[in-house]
Amino acid sequence: MSRSTASDIAAAVRSGATTAAAVLEGHLAAIALREPEIHAFNLVLADAAREHAAAIDAQVAAGDDPGPLTGVTIALKDNMCTRGVDTTCSSKILEGWKPPYNATVVDTLRAAGAVIVGKTNLDEFAMGSSTENSAFGPTKNPHDTSRVPGGSSGGSAAAVAAGFSQVALGSDTGGSIRQPAAHCGVVGVKPTYGYVSRYGLVAFASSLDQIGPFTNSVHDAALLLNVIGGHDPLDSTSIPQQHPSLVDAIQQGVEGLRVGRITDLPEGADPDVQERLEAAFEALREQGATIVDVTVPAFTFGLTAYYLIAPAEASSNLARYDGVRYGMRVDAPDTNAMYGATRAAGFGEEVKRRIMLGTYALSAGYYDAYYGKALKVRRLIHDDFERAYQTADVLLTPTSPTVAFKFGEKSDNPFAMYLCDTYTIPSNLAGHPGMSVPFGTGAHGMPVGVQVLAGTLQEPVMFRVGAALERAVAK
Amino acid sequence: MSDYDGLPGDWELVVGLEVHVELATTTKLFSGSPNRFGDEPNTNIDPVTLGLPGALPVLNEHAVELAMRVGAALNCTIQACTFHRKNYFYPDMPKAYQVSQYDQPLNIDGYLDLPNGVRVGIERAHMEEDAGKSTHVGGSGGRVHGATASLIDLNRAGVPLVEIVSRPDIRSADDARAYVSELRSILLAIGASDAKMEEGSMRVDANVSVRKPGAPLGTRCEIKNVNSVRSVGRAIEYEARRQIDLIESGDSVRQQTRHWDEGDGRTHTMRSKEDADDYRYFLEPDLVPLVPSREWIDRVHAALPMLPAARRTRLAAATGQLATSEAVTSVVERGQDDYVLAVGGTGGDAARALVYVKEAFADSPHVPAADLAALTVLETKGALTATQAKAVLADLVANNGGDAAAIAAAKGFEAMDTSALEGLVDAAIAADPDAWQKFCAGDGKAMGALVGLVMKSSQGKADGKLVTALLNQKKS
Repeated sequence: MSRSTASDIAAAVRSGATTAAAVLEGHLAAIALREPEIHAFNLVLADAAREHAAAIDAQVAAGDDPGPLTGVTIALKDNMCTRGVDTTCSSKILEGWKPPYNATVVDTLRAAGAVIVGKTNLDEFAMGSSTENSAFGPTKNPHDTSRVPGGSSGGSAAAVAAGFSQVALGSDTGGSIRQPAAHCGVVGVKPTYGYVSRYGLVAFASSLDQIGPFTNSVHDAALLLNVIGGHDPLDSTSIPQQHPSLVDAIQQGVEGLRVGRITDLPEGADPDVQERLEAAFEALREQGATIVDVTVPAFTFGLTAYYLIAPAEASSNLARYDGVRYGMRVDAPDTNAMYGATRAAGFGEEVKRRIMLGTYALSAGYYDAYYGKALKVRRLIHDDFERAYQTADVLLTPTSPTVAFKFGEKSDNPFAMYLCDTYTIPSNLAGHPGMSVPFGTGAHGMPVGVQVLAGTLQEPVMFRVGAALERAVAK
Repeated sequence: MSDYDGLPGDWELVVGLEVHVELATTTKLFSGSPNRFGDEPNTNIDPVTLGLPGALPVLNEHAVELAMRVGAALNCTIQACTFHRKNYFYPDMPKAYQVSQYDQPLNIDGYLDLPNGVRVGIERAHMEEDAGKSTHVGGSGGRVHGATASLIDLNRAGVPLVEIVSRPDIRSADDARAYVSELRSILLAIGASDAKMEEGSMRVDANVSVRKPGAPLGTRCEIKNVNSVRSVGRAIEYEARRQIDLIESGDSVRQQTRHWDEGDGRTHTMRSKEDADDYRYFLEPDLVPLVPSREWIDRVHAALPMLPAARRTRLAAATGQLATSEAVTSVVERGQDDYVLAVGGTGGDAARALVYVKEAFADSPHVPAADLAALTVLETKGALTATQAKAVLADLVANNGGDAAAIAAAKGFEAMDTSALEGLVDAAIAADPDAWQKFCAGDGKAMGALVGLVMKSSQGKADGKLVTALLNQKKS
């Protein structure tokens, strides 16, 4: 597996020490070898990638600078629109649909010299924590193929862990980047809501969705986020300001930083995971950080609020898949029957469950009791976090309560599956950033991730702590 | 004067109107596609208009400005507001939700004064996006029922709308019609919309109920598909009579949405309250709250042009007419009141100019105000008769202006002096002594015959008013 950093690769390609084509071939070889077993991708774009790599090499040869990600391979979660290239969200209802436009991140990456190697598998419409909800079959965890890679961005996490691409992008609505990153032993970041443009990201829950990186190192995550972050006039919710360089930020250590331990964190983390968290606190203390106790009383209500707000938005976002447009249509005698038949055949069980849940939560007579109340809880969670960030610069929690579980272990029990996201969901509700950093292994030798949480736009300090954890692991 | 029959007995009509207006922006409410009527179907589209997965709306600032202008012109409070999603399935609604405003609209609590002095409250004027247009083929009358196919044109999808919701303050079909007509004039005056009902850029839905005076509000029906100012009154009156007939025959009105059929002059059931959709409104997460600054609101108010009511008053004062006269209302509606005032301002006679403009300027000719002023002066000082002046006017209109005196001279128009005219009057009396007898006995028609004789003998050069005066003089 390639463990050079993205900036090393970009520098080597820019200097002519290697070529984008050679870098790409290394990854394509890894794909040829293990992808049939792992199934990280819905689509490998070998031809397009080769063409693009050749063009980048030609640019370099002509003395041009293709950008900070010159020749760096990247895999995209298959819910980001790519012009003329299938974008399925791992759903039968979108199968065969080729968007006529690129997501903003796709244009940004190409402009920075990155080479897109493929579109990665996910739980259908990003709803799930294991990729078992993909209509095209699950992705396997490269560390143990009897185990899930996590989800919903399991394909992207597995692609980076297996060396299929140097880096990848995922989307995180309730933990869909951080949890699979933890399970696959890679770095995963959910930035502040509005940090990265959502234009062209197929919506699951619009007020929670955020695009972020999967990488082998905190440095690569910083580099990638530097490239894709920033205001996009096409996304009204993107933050209208320039973000400071995260690559610069991680040059600083953690001395004097206050790292918060949430004393009223919901219980349920396995002992092996808990042990790694304690070790992480200790490692940060050794590097000069102060550990402080904080409370976030509303943290524990995150899961319930999330499973009203996210399905409510999803029920509206997914209503457009009605058989009138896109790939799939099941014919029926009249329009309403056609809608029903198409949606019954096109959506998987979990998607249907959430559409039902969300429709109900928004219905006249139930809105106040469910959706309305969930919005109030959301506000409480935000306020509780803000209060905690007055005494702590960052908070540390497990990313996931367990290491990667076996296929089928939770797929029959939606609630057990939902519990996977207990620690990741609250930051989505608050709009705050969070990242998962690999911190050794737990049960069955599987990777464990530690989650670093921070306040709005506090990515620089969050990355400093992430880098400190990474240094501790390397020792 | 009413064009409608009014209601039987002591029934009182209660009407509230919901008027959808397409804003005259260059581009759509949430995307850069052109907002243009009449283009090839499905050409003014883009990922946002098509509701493609991943596409996001960006609010058009010009649409907001125009919507604020509507609010200001309707005396509304303009406030910080939010957008909501209104969820429902329909093939010409590509996202399966309409972005609209719900509990925090842009404009609230205004009013509109009708020319007859009746004040109609405005509950709200909120922003929303239009849907696409479905054309049902293979059935009868373009209705979806029985159709074999539906064609969808998304050019209209995402066009910015303002929905202006009145309070149920309207009590007659005439007032409903006047409300729509006055609202239309205001929208045109402020440049917010071209407000063409026949093209659908202004659409009226009427909430109609009836009651006995002093009784609580009756059950209402909403009437849709009212496509002209004239049919607003017709549809309302038909619907009110239908409801009265129901109640008087011991039945009751059920809350329904009904479709006005211009052809048979009736309203027909579309759907009843029980079938109403649950729109599951919730805050649109893809947009941020719209908070117009105090400065922006002040700027909109300051830039507001003089509104039709004030312009009618001004024109009426300058021309000695009533503000409600047809000449004043139609000239203001055509936006030619400034021109009439300019004629007055360059030494002309504004009252004559009003008549000329009303009758001959429907196509907005480019006659310099000074030229028309010269003509009105020739007429009022008696150098030209009304008939002659009309002929000169036709020349001015056809040639986009000219020297009225020169045109009159070229046509051989010259003032006939009183002594010559007197001779012609005497000749007319001599020629028709019968008419003269009758005229002296007070028969008005007989005067017409005598004036006609003089006109004929003068070859149209005689001033009719002067002839009448001479006849009256001789009678006494």
